[in-house]
Amino acid sequence: MNLKISALQFTREVKTGNISVEDFIGKTMEHIEKVDGNLHAFLSLNDNAVNQARDIDKKIKSGDKIGQCFGMPISIKDNICIKDTKTTCASKMLENYIAPYDATVITKLKQQDAIFVGKVNLDEFAMGLSTEFSAYGPSRNPWNTDYVPGGSSGGSAVSVSAFECVASLGSDTGGSVRNPASFCSTVGYKPTYGLISRYGLISYANSIEQIGPLTRTVEDAAFMLNLIAGLDSNDNTTINNNNADYLKDIDSGIEGKKIGIIKEMIGEGINPTVLSATKNAISKLEQLGAICEEVSLDMVKYSVAAYYAITTTEAGSNLARYDNLRYGYDFSVEGYAFNAYIEKARKKLGPEVTRRMILGGFVPSSGYAGKYFLKALKVKSKLTRQIDEAFKKFDLLISPTVPILPFKIGEKINDPASLFLIDINTVTANLTGKPAISIPYAISNGLPIGIQLIANSMNDKLLLQAARALEKTVKLPEVPI
Amino acid sequence: MTKIGLEIHSQLTELQSKLFCSCKANYREFQPNENICPICMGLPGSLPQLNQKAVEKATMIAMALNCSTPEKITFFRKNYFYPDLPKNFQITQLNIYGETSVGGPGILMVGDKKIRITRIQLEEDPGRIIYEGSSEKNQITLVDYNRAGTPLVEIVTEPDFENPKEVREFLNILSDLLANLGVSDPSLEGAMRADANVSIEDGNKVEIKNIGSFHDLEKAVHFEITRQQSLHARNIPIIQETRHWDDKRKITVSSRSKEEDLDYRYFLESDIPWVRIGNQIKDKLKSEMPETISSKKERYVSKYNIPAQVADVLSSDKFYSDLFEKSHTTENAKEVANIITTDLMGLVDTREKRESSKLTALHLKEIADSIQSGKITRNSAKNVLYEILKTGKAVSTVISDLDLDNVFSESELLKIIESVISEETQAVEQAKTNPQTINYLVGKVMQKTKGKADPTYTLDLLKKKIN
Repeated sequence: MNLKISALQFTREVKTGNISVEDFIGKTMEHIEKVDGNLHAFLSLNDNAVNQARDIDKKIKSGDKIGQCFGMPISIKDNICIKDTKTTCASKMLENYIAPYDATVITKLKQQDAIFVGKVNLDEFAMGLSTEFSAYGPSRNPWNTDYVPGGSSGGSAVSVSAFECVASLGSDTGGSVRNPASFCSTVGYKPTYGLISRYGLISYANSIEQIGPLTRTVEDAAFMLNLIAGLDSNDNTTINNNNADYLKDIDSGIEGKKIGIIKEMIGEGINPTVLSATKNAISKLEQLGAICEEVSLDMVKYSVAAYYAITTTEAGSNLARYDNLRYGYDFSVEGYAFNAYIEKARKKLGPEVTRRMILGGFVPSSGYAGKYFLKALKVKSKLTRQIDEAFKKFDLLISPTVPILPFKIGEKINDPASLFLIDINTVTANLTGKPAISIPYAISNGLPIGIQLIANSMNDKLLLQAARALEKTVKLPEVPI
Repeated sequence: MTKIGLEIHSQLTELQSKLFCSCKANYREFQPNENICPICMGLPGSLPQLNQKAVEKATMIAMALNCSTPEKITFFRKNYFYPDLPKNFQITQLNIYGETSVGGPGILMVGDKKIRITRIQLEEDPGRIIYEGSSEKNQITLVDYNRAGTPLVEIVTEPDFENPKEVREFLNILSDLLANLGVSDPSLEGAMRADANVSIEDGNKVEIKNIGSFHDLEKAVHFEITRQQSLHARNIPIIQETRHWDDKRKITVSSRSKEEDLDYRYFLESDIPWVRIGNQIKDKLKSEMPETISSKKERYVSKYNIPAQVADVLSSDKFYSDLFEKSHTTENAKEVANIITTDLMGLVDTREKRESSKLTALHLKEIADSIQSGKITRNSAKNVLYEILKTGKAVSTVISDLDLDNVFSESELLKIIESVISEETQAVEQAKTNPQTINYLVGKVMQKTKGKADPTYTLDLLKKKIN
């Protein structure tokens, strides 16, 4: 059984009867058993997956109506709610939290007969970019298990990269889908803000984050988007996409398209190998008929600072409910003595979450809001104006997804400021609401490099077409697992 | 000079659902923690879904209070910890970055006095905390989230009141106005609450919180003025502080917690996009707004010749004016107004009595018609009303059950009067010198006619006979 096939291949194979869903899911679960002890992508597994697969096989056999996923094994980042399933956010605070409802994306995938093989690891409450801040231990990069897989959707990237599932859903607040996709050599896609419902995604910084797919191919990302995008009455920020078909015309190519190379994302601090891979990608795009030219977005240099001011403010508010009154410690019918309650109220939150919540209490506080939070909002709106200006001239923008190569587990954990700076190329798309995608582009000394493309709001289709064109030029070695 | 300002919280009790989810706005009929869902409980991953009807009703209130209404409104998060607040922040509105709440400055006239409205905002009500236990030592705190997320409109006034009487008059007018708009039922327990701020002689402002009813608000303001005046008289400085209204002892008490020092870290609630309220929506709302109390009153006076005082009482109460609208005809309007204001209001003077009343508009119309056609006397109407409130029986049935019809003709009545005169010779003699005694004789006639005689008419006839 070949577990390495793409999502679209999987659905074709099942449709034609070449593989049975039960077989594929069974083998997938066995494979997870075998490799995940080392990789640690999963926080919990679906014990019922094989039974669900058998039911889908029956439905296919009897000619019943069947959803577009045909029993495809998907992993779900553990900050997205699946009804009656533990949803921990990789935090001790939600260690035993069982979601009583389905996120909208889960409802939609269930309707399409997807099988959720398990919930995957992340930095606690999606705060981090290495998955080292998971309260349940880090995930490991399948390309080299001494290295981090990126984050915060590290478990999603590892599970797709190591063939523990066919596709995964992560969430991207400042690069949390694209960064691990780049580090693990998968496709990682953050759609336009509002294109996918966030209902059931546990909020970290709600004004800028989106759910996004991590897949083996760009086509798979488009396929996933077809299934989960669109207006949702449960999320007032969703946009009507008129049931767009993102797979249709995906091979349109990029001839004549104008691509801006973001100057501030290939300058200071960039790893030379990453830079040469980026230049190589640009020349490939030019060979395909695109017109590439440098463009300056000088607000990018303030983007990381603005990003952290905004996200910590929102996190301080979004996570305020985890005060140990309703979550955390075991519930006692007799109640709590007030002092004992206050003392341990936040003790179940890890170091990175604690750091950001303290910042979140400070940054928007009276007397400092003007200096930090309101200034950050100004950077956000100026950056948006700049990028909107750039899109008057360019169809797309390009940069490396991450300016550096994956680093070793433990290497940067005690230096949060240097970790923050790694977000420099990804946060712009979040702050401005634009769609962005990371495409696996090169392997340097066994470590992956991803290239990022950004499009204007609601130009997701164009973005996917360009990504597909670039992807076709790439031939990468297989992951050594 | 005494200055009093108010912050009034009024629940939009007439809406179907809560502000951000489909749980019931009428939480009162549920067992504790049964009117809840992932959204109003603030469960991880849930998002607010703005109730558009709530925005419309709140805008209506703003328009009725002559407030400016911005083109676009937005919501803010007010961050603070309290066990009754599921998310540990409240979704509310704020005007510090420009006018973005449902209503800006406005005016409400109280008699000849202008009370300036500062702003009107739409927000979610928190849950309810219930303290149990006899002493502080064994006190336990229970939280009921049924109320959490109920749509609440906050109306803030400038410190334009000078005494508790003005406060009371304002509150009466305001609660009548809200009821008339059909947005809120002020008689529901906890539907209307208020905070007040009080200062005297341009001194420090003292805030009074936790006032559960309008009745207590007037008392609290009165107490606070007296407290400040007695401090002032003895040259003791009045400190700027927040005080709580002690419901049991009926006094204000200094709050232990320094609530004025709380930093709410307000910022935009981005889960709810800006809401446009354009002229088209405003025009539609205007057309849907019910007739104002003052216009109703004017109409009652000019069209039906109802006395101004009666029209005033009738128009300011939604329950009775609705009943009037449904039961009157051009011919019987004055009679219906009379029955409502002189008889019905006395019989149905509480919320419970209104709810258990079986009286319909048709009943009222038929009673008025029966009086006008001379089938029953004005006097019997009260008995009919009383019976119908309890039983809901048809007017004709009640009239015949109580044997109230067949009003006596003049000759029949004269016969009865003559028999009373012959039976009560002593009283008749007295009546010739003492006019008070004649009422005794009227009573005797009423007894014999089982109340079916018209008392005024009877008196006239008696006077003629005796003199």
